[in-house]
Formats: sequence, structure tokens, C-alpha cells
Amino acid sequence: MADVFIYPSTSLILSDLVQRYGHTPLNVAVQIREHIQTPSIESPPLQMTPEDPKKGLKYAAVEVPSGVRGRMALFGPLIEQAEAAIIVNDADLAFGCQGCARTNELIKFLIREKSATIPVLDITYPRNDDEGIEFVREIKTFLEGLGGETS
Amino acid sequence: MIKPPYEPEFIGTVTKYVFVDSPNTTPQSLAVRAYEISDGVMIKETCFGMMITGTEEEVNAIITKLREIDPHHIFVKDRGFPPGDIRRCRANLGGARPGYYGHEFEMSLIRYVSKGLEAADSPQSADEQPTTVRDMKHEAGPLEVERLMTIIQEEEQ
Repeated sequence: MADVFIYPSTSLILSDLVQRYGHTPLNVAVQIREHIQTPSIESPPLQMTPEDPKKGLKYAAVEVPSGVRGRMALFGPLIEQAEAAIIVNDADLAFGCQGCARTNELIKFLIREKSATIPVLDITYPRNDDEGIEFVREIKTFLEGLGGETS
Repeated sequence: MIKPPYEPEFIGTVTKYVFVDSPNTTPQSLAVRAYEISDGVMIKETCFGMMITGTEEEVNAIITKLREIDPHHIFVKDRGFPPGDIRRCRANLGGARPGYYGHEFEMSLIRYVSKGLEAADSPQSADEQPTTVRDMKHEAGPLEVERLMTIIQEEEQ
């Protein structure tokens, strides 16, 4: 069983397929859950602790929008933990303001930089049945190559 | 004024979304089945399926049984917040729940993924040569009436 980073990190389709083929999807919901279930969190409803911006600084300099550092405090550890990654490139749902958009660019950059050491699958969303069949087949082949059992 | 200390709820639980987009299974019938096997685990019905909150083992056990009902049309993902959390619930915020638009976008494509899952699990798929969309040569020109009738009949079955 491998830890597979998925982009978009909130993707239902990727999260389900990774789990279905016997691996652990690294999605941001797990990080959020850890945050909001921690009693020491200091500033709800923002779900940020004083430590989070410091974690984000590891991935983004102080000059970049602060939203990027906050988001990278969640995404950065997941990327480091990843043993494989699946990126869907035409994810309109990941569209957002400057913080979201720059974070998305940085995430893709970090994953591609890491692709020398971990397997990365680059795909696009299916738009018809034929593409759907190919989409699932590509992901299945990729995930079966990582080992694990189908659930 | 000193803020009261933050007290998290549902510590040690996980929440998972269950989506269903199927011609044979409705969210309601899936929820009824979930209640039958829930054994006290919290289930919240929604228009697209449900949210299940409990310990990881309990939630996974329910999801495994629910998937058996319609394996190619039931999809699952994690959720960070529990149901009804005031920071996310639209009863408190108004408008669509954050994250709704992402679900709306992916649910519009999910039928293609279902098709892919059916093809991946069909016995003949292992014998077929892999094809890619790039290699597929779609014939140009209007759709023939006979072909259209065949597609309609296939969809109606």
C-alpha cells in the first residue's frame, strides 16, 4: 500500500480510485481533520495555529501571498510523504483567488520536481465514455504498478 | 474579552462522503441500507448520498458493504469537517457549502468514470489491446440514424 498524493487534493474521483485500488489517497481533508480535532488550535474558525505559517515558509518565501504559505502548511507535508502522485491537469474546480492559484502552481512544480524519485501520472479529466475507459485504465495500471490489493 | 478555549468535537472519528450516481440505486435507498447496518454510527442523508461519521473501522465496514450494492456507481472520499459543523454547514453560512462546486464539477463527469470501471472489471477487458484516445480515429461527418438508434436502445436497456 502506497501513499498517493492526488491533485486536485479534494478530488472525489481520484480519492475513490486510489482507495479502490488498494492505496492511501493523500488528500487535504485528512490534514484538515487533524487540525480541527486538535484541542490546542488557537484561532478558530481559521483552523490555523502559530506553527502553520512557519511550516509554510519551508515551501514559499515571505514575499509570496500569505495564503500560499498557509495552504502549503497543509499540502507541503503531504507532498513530502507521497510515494506516488496523480495530477489531473484540467481541473477547473481548483480555480481560485491568488492564494489558491499560486498554491496550485507551486504544488504542481514540487510534484514534477519530485518526479525524479517517485512515479507521477499526468492525465486529464474524461469528457466522454471512451476517455472514461482510458482514464480508469491508466490509473488502474499506474496504481497496480505500485503494488497493493484491490478493495 | 477572553475567548473560551476551543473544544473540538468528534475527536478520534473520521467522516466520509458517499456519492451515488446510478440508474439503479437512489441516495435514499442507499441511506436506508446504511441505517440497517450502521449500528449506531452517525449517518447524514444528503441529496447526493450521505456522510458517515464514526471510528475508521466502523465507517470502512459500512462503506465496504454499501459498495457491494452498486460497485461501479458508488464513490467515496474523506471529509475534514463533521456534518453540521458551524464553520462549513450552509445552515449557518448561507449559500452553497464550500466544496460544493468541486463536487458539482466532478459529478458531471462521474458517469464516464463509472463506464471506465465497468470496462476495467469486465472479463474481456484483459484481452483487449489498450487503446488511447490519442490513437482513436473518430470518423468525421454527421452521426448516422442507425447508429443513433443503437445508442438510444443501449441507453434504454
